[in-house]
Amino acid sequence: MNKKWLSGPYLFWAVSFIIIPLLMIVYYGFTNKSGNVTFENIMEITTATNMKALFLALLLSIVSTILCLILAYPLAMILNRMDVNQNSFVVLIFILPMWMNFLLRTLAWQTLLEKTGVINSILTFLHLPALNIINTPYAIVLGMVYNFLPFMVLPIYNILLKIDPNVINAAKDLGANSFQTFYKVILPLSWPGVISGITMVFVPSLTTFVISDLLGGSKILLIGNVIEQKFTQANNWHAGSGLSLVLMVFILASMAILSKYDKDGEGII
Amino acid sequence: MKKFLSKFYLALIFILLYAPIATLIVLSFNASKTRAKWGGFTLNWYVELFQNEAIMDALYNTLAIALISSLIATVIGTAASLGINAMNKHFKTVLMSITNIPMLNADIVTGISLMLLFIAFGIKFGFSTILLAHITFNIPYVILSVMPKLKQIDQNTYAAALDLGASPLYAFFRVIMPDILPGILSGFLLSFTMSLDDFIITHFTKGSGVDTLSTKIYAEVRKGIKPEMYALSTLLFVSVLVLLIAVNKAPKQRKKVSQEDSL
Repeated sequence: MNKKWLSGPYLFWAVSFIIIPLLMIVYYGFTNKSGNVTFENIMEITTATNMKALFLALLLSIVSTILCLILAYPLAMILNRMDVNQNSFVVLIFILPMWMNFLLRTLAWQTLLEKTGVINSILTFLHLPALNIINTPYAIVLGMVYNFLPFMVLPIYNILLKIDPNVINAAKDLGANSFQTFYKVILPLSWPGVISGITMVFVPSLTTFVISDLLGGSKILLIGNVIEQKFTQANNWHAGSGLSLVLMVFILASMAILSKYDKDGEGII
Repeated sequence: MKKFLSKFYLALIFILLYAPIATLIVLSFNASKTRAKWGGFTLNWYVELFQNEAIMDALYNTLAIALISSLIATVIGTAASLGINAMNKHFKTVLMSITNIPMLNADIVTGISLMLLFIAFGIKFGFSTILLAHITFNIPYVILSVMPKLKQIDQNTYAAALDLGASPLYAFFRVIMPDILPGILSGFLLSFTMSLDDFIITHFTKGSGVDTLSTKIYAEVRKGIKPEMYALSTLLFVSVLVLLIAVNKAPKQRKKVSQEDSL
């Protein structure tokens, strides 16, 4: 049975539109406008503005990833325990919002968070102190958590579904209390889901330019904003590519961690 | 107590995820043009929406790109999964790693890498470049949905069908296809949704003059979003919600029938 040729079109597609484009970034990243090899583009990252943008992006994406994990794990466990038509419920909660445009959903947070916005009106009504986080890094973190939470919940939820309930029952039979069962049995078994969730949240948070643009009041620059501007405003593809390569080092690092824990790549969807 | 806490927690997450959506729906009925204040109830934007040619064009582009790209991705991706499944472990690992690249790589990097490719090969930016880009990021979703289903299939059933005289094509459609169909469908739906919701990759691969809803909204952010946009996204959201409810009702009835049959 020879079905291997069936992946021929995909192989062609992947080489043309995945591999070659990435090599183009490498090419542009290491050359200047006259085509000579240079490290200047990579060294762009060491300027004060770019360093600040990179560190802020790292900080905000790490905070968002941790917040997502803290929110998502209990959520995945609750969803896992519910026995009403689980899948359609999960779809309802996490996939349906995607049908409302991502930019509009993020913009809606402006309306909610503004000084005289919905949330503050409610807070004032309840005589509580106002929440002034719009156009600050806090609003960006909120935007990241809001947008990327599903990417953390779904892999953890999927891996929890795969755990054999008998394993948990066995642990309980052998005298483990619920904390021990969680810590020694459930958590280690769900680790691949957690790892892929972390990567799926960390990478888009680290590299976003839209969320910081919409909720940061375009004053706060993340590394994603810097790269986007290099391409769309400065038309400096070489510097933009160089910075992208720096960014990819972080992405590759998280990919390496992912492949170490999740050999089949199954935890992703 | 535990049950109450779980429900409470679910409700909180639900509010977090749906507060912006509720806001947008409310804004679509807002008579005032700015989103900052409420100017009374109106259905005006729903009427004007259909007369706004720019928005209708963007809607057409968005839906056309989502549909075509997810269909092509489903065909290429399903074929690829069948092929990858028949490969030895080494090639399988290599191809699956390549498949993971667009999934794990940052959208901004995927976007600019494709932009550089199109520039280098002199491909004119427009509808077709967006389409090519969307097919590229959609194929992995299909492969990653179909592969797990393929792995569950016992290869002997296919061999048995061949032994019993089925042609390979017939055996494929009667034996393998029914088992992987749910994977193919979910891959298709996932691609369609991802394509519809994409902004970043479209932002870098679109030409001037061609807009999807996302890029149109992004261009409007500075000058203020046209309220027709809220009306449109409310309509889209509600139609998908209705569709989802209908689809969820349907298979349950079918299942009941088949259970009765087996009795």
